[in-house]
Amino acid sequence: MMASVAARELADGEVVFVGIGLPNLACNLARKTHAPNLVLIYESGAVGATPSRLPVSIGDPALVTGSLMVCGMADVFQLFLQNGRIEVGFLGGAQVDRYGNINTTVIGDYKKPKVRLPGSGGAAEIAIHAQRVLIVSKLSPRNFPERVDFLTSPGHRVAKVITDKGVLERDSGSGELVLASLYPGVDVNDVHVGWKLRSRAHLGRLEPPSTLELQLLREVLDPQRLYLRS
Amino acid sequence: MADRSKVMSLEDAVARHVRDGDVVVIEGFTHLISFAAAHEIIRQRRRDLTLCRLTPDLIYDQMIAAGCAKKLVFSWAGNPGVGSLHAFRRAVEGGTLEIEEYSHFGMVARFSAGAARLPFWTLRDYAGTDLPKANPRIKSVTCPYTGEELATVPALNPDVTIVHAQRADAQGNAQIWGLLGVQKEAAFASKRVIVVVEELVDERVIRSDPNRTLIPAAIVTAVVVEPWGAHPSYAQGYYDRDNDFYVGWEGISRDKGELAHYLDEFVYGVKSRGEYMQKQPRLMERLRAGEQRCAGVNYGF
Repeated sequence: MMASVAARELADGEVVFVGIGLPNLACNLARKTHAPNLVLIYESGAVGATPSRLPVSIGDPALVTGSLMVCGMADVFQLFLQNGRIEVGFLGGAQVDRYGNINTTVIGDYKKPKVRLPGSGGAAEIAIHAQRVLIVSKLSPRNFPERVDFLTSPGHRVAKVITDKGVLERDSGSGELVLASLYPGVDVNDVHVGWKLRSRAHLGRLEPPSTLELQLLREVLDPQRLYLRS
Repeated sequence: MADRSKVMSLEDAVARHVRDGDVVVIEGFTHLISFAAAHEIIRQRRRDLTLCRLTPDLIYDQMIAAGCAKKLVFSWAGNPGVGSLHAFRRAVEGGTLEIEEYSHFGMVARFSAGAARLPFWTLRDYAGTDLPKANPRIKSVTCPYTGEELATVPALNPDVTIVHAQRADAQGNAQIWGLLGVQKEAAFASKRVIVVVEELVDERVIRSDPNRTLIPAAIVTAVVVEPWGAHPSYAQGYYDRDNDFYVGWEGISRDKGELAHYLDEFVYGVKSRGEYMQKQPRLMERLRAGEQRCAGVNYGF
């Protein structure tokens, strides 16, 4: 469900900076359905990738075979990202706060961490330079605290947060995330985060994945269930 | 220059060019990571190394577990698509490993500065993040032309950089295709460079396709021939990434005993990469690359 909702956020022809995990799946689903001209750029340097298998890592050899361009990472960050050529950036996060700030560095104190997470990778610069940032993350009060323990990637370009309950959007007035739409069968009272979450006056209802989307996800894109764990 | 071969064994290359206390870089973004060199460094029991890489990956997880590392400089420390690097996590959560942390762009910029022999690099990054608080070496500068505040990172000039390449000649002109990572910048930034290759080729092969040379002989100290030297990483056109091994590392690295057992069997328990491959006879068959030739170009004039 999260993968198909995320895929629908992408318009045909857009230039997307693809991260590992569910975003990777969503981008490849979009490319096989409504957005065949989506340009996938991976931070590993593959530009216009058309992977014939779902890449386990963002450095998979299948990203190179048949891509439009392969460049070094200095070019990825300077000539594409800092140059402003990336329209959509896709990020995940262990913690997302009220203003869409993301923590992928550490739970607890930086010097004495409770849980040490992988760190920024390219996330900080993607959050700063992509024109529109989408976040994919499971929703819970623990994952969505009022303030992140460590601010890895700033939230000011975050447009939407796609969760397993519904979609949060940035409120243009207050800048905070508000509940915009729900999945079928999910009640507004099932949605809990670490702050008092406001809802849009008219809550949208998200369409479940179509038969075609489900078939592509389960049989073509992720038959080994690398990312589709449910 | 043509007759001065730099070819030597991996054992000799590490013995001569990797020293206790060195700043060591073994680069390669997912692709072309020289596990063979890391295993040799572990076998030769190098200590107090400052290990630098964008993604410490399994390779530095193993070196941390083996006690080679004093400090880690990095930007993303996970097992891609799988989860955590548990030796790294145990060391950081237990306070036994010093860390210096950037983002990918920050690490790339550090190598770029080092390669250009500049003291620092500027980038538009880190505004609003906690990274400069965690790492005081991330600073800022005011642009003398526009007045804009830009982030800066210091140059990184390793003592030794080790790069795995598909092929090189005996002088070290190394050709790489597929993902290029930050190897060119890391090599040019380094005091010494060891190139480990799948195949040693004649200089004529290099000269037939000069655009594919990423690292020139002029900056190369030693050339080592080590087929399958990147496994469980991969070499485009030679063998695939061993994703099963990466997934299996979660179970091995989670348990200190399992990890020690792995090192005993596959690192200390073999003398060379050749023996490592002999222990796993089915690897080649499972991972050998298929054919996908490029169209070729005309270099004539």
